Amino acid sequence: MSTILIHNDVTVGDTLPELGINVTATTVVLGALASRDWRPMHHDKNFAIERNGTKDIFLNTPNQAAWFERYITDWTGPTGRLGRMTFHMNTSVFPGDLMVFRGTVTGTETDATGCGWVDLDVTLMVGDVTTTTCVVRVALPVHDDDNPWDRSGNNWHPDGGNGV
Amino acid sequence: MNSKELAEIPAEVLTKLGQFQYEEEGGFPVEHSYIWTTCAATENGNPLFWNDDIATELTDGPIAPPTMLSVWFRPHHWSPALTEPAVPLKSHFDLKKELDLPEAIISSNTMTFHDPVRIGDRVRSRQVLRSVSDPKTTKLGRGRFWVIDVEYLNQNDALLGVESYTAFGYQREPS
Repeated sequence: MSTILIHNDVTVGDTLPELGINVTATTVVLGALASRDWRPMHHDKNFAIERNGTKDIFLNTPNQAAWFERYITDWTGPTGRLGRMTFHMNTSVFPGDLMVFRGTVTGTETDATGCGWVDLDVTLMVGDVTTTTCVVRVALPVHDDDNPWDRSGNNWHPDGGNGV
Repeated sequence: MNSKELAEIPAEVLTKLGQFQYEEEGGFPVEHSYIWTTCAATENGNPLFWNDDIATELTDGPIAPPTMLSVWFRPHHWSPALTEPAVPLKSHFDLKKELDLPEAIISSNTMTFHDPVRIGDRVRSRQVLRSVSDPKTTKLGRGRFWVIDVEYLNQNDALLGVESYTAFGYQREPS
């Protein structure tokens, strides 16, 4: 199995390994179709320019979410379980861009049910421009035999509610 | 209408605040091929989605990446029963028309993940309008922000997740 990140091994201020991806038209179109987003601004350059006022087609929202998920679980391994993700898009990502993901641990805690949580700030940058910011809450095993995926109902509080 | 003088929020919009709309079932059961296509599109090698033994060990069988929550609700681009193009997140497109704001972007999105989505699940969703802002001006134009929540449940009524979309609907400034 892949690397398993344990909650106690994470400290506030830790940084995630950087990930760089060269975006092509295929990246944009494949991501849009995989997420069943048929809207033309994600595959029709003329539409994107004339109707959206952008310079080209651009990554759609669900596909950006999938990229953030991939970036985070590359770091946690398969036992990392996403609880909550909030992202703000400041500008779009276009073919020809080199998108770079960076992440920092901003908090760690174990809630009242014993679930280990890590808070992350993740950015997607193109050059010097932060195109998207993402705040993430992800559960990690608190020991080798723990598995966050076993949790549900009253033992799973992804919104930081009753379990904290 | 001058682009800087937006109309008042119509009463029909105000009455929708906090009310569930568009309760519906996804058009097809959750399937593996879209999961693999999404992982391919993002070069996601998480073995949870590629190795059935690991999926069985960790999640009691294959599941979908949590961020694919909305994928199971996006309508086919065409089907024989459709008389007009289908649109996802219908309450968002309703607002664009009702507020006379023809352009819109999703400015932020919060997803909260509950029970995993499993292969074969029949996912249901319902939408609720949470808020509509006063008129705002951004670099895109003059318009309003609104927040729509979409709740997702499986065939056993277990909550799978909630997506909260903040959108900005606007009128482009004349060039």
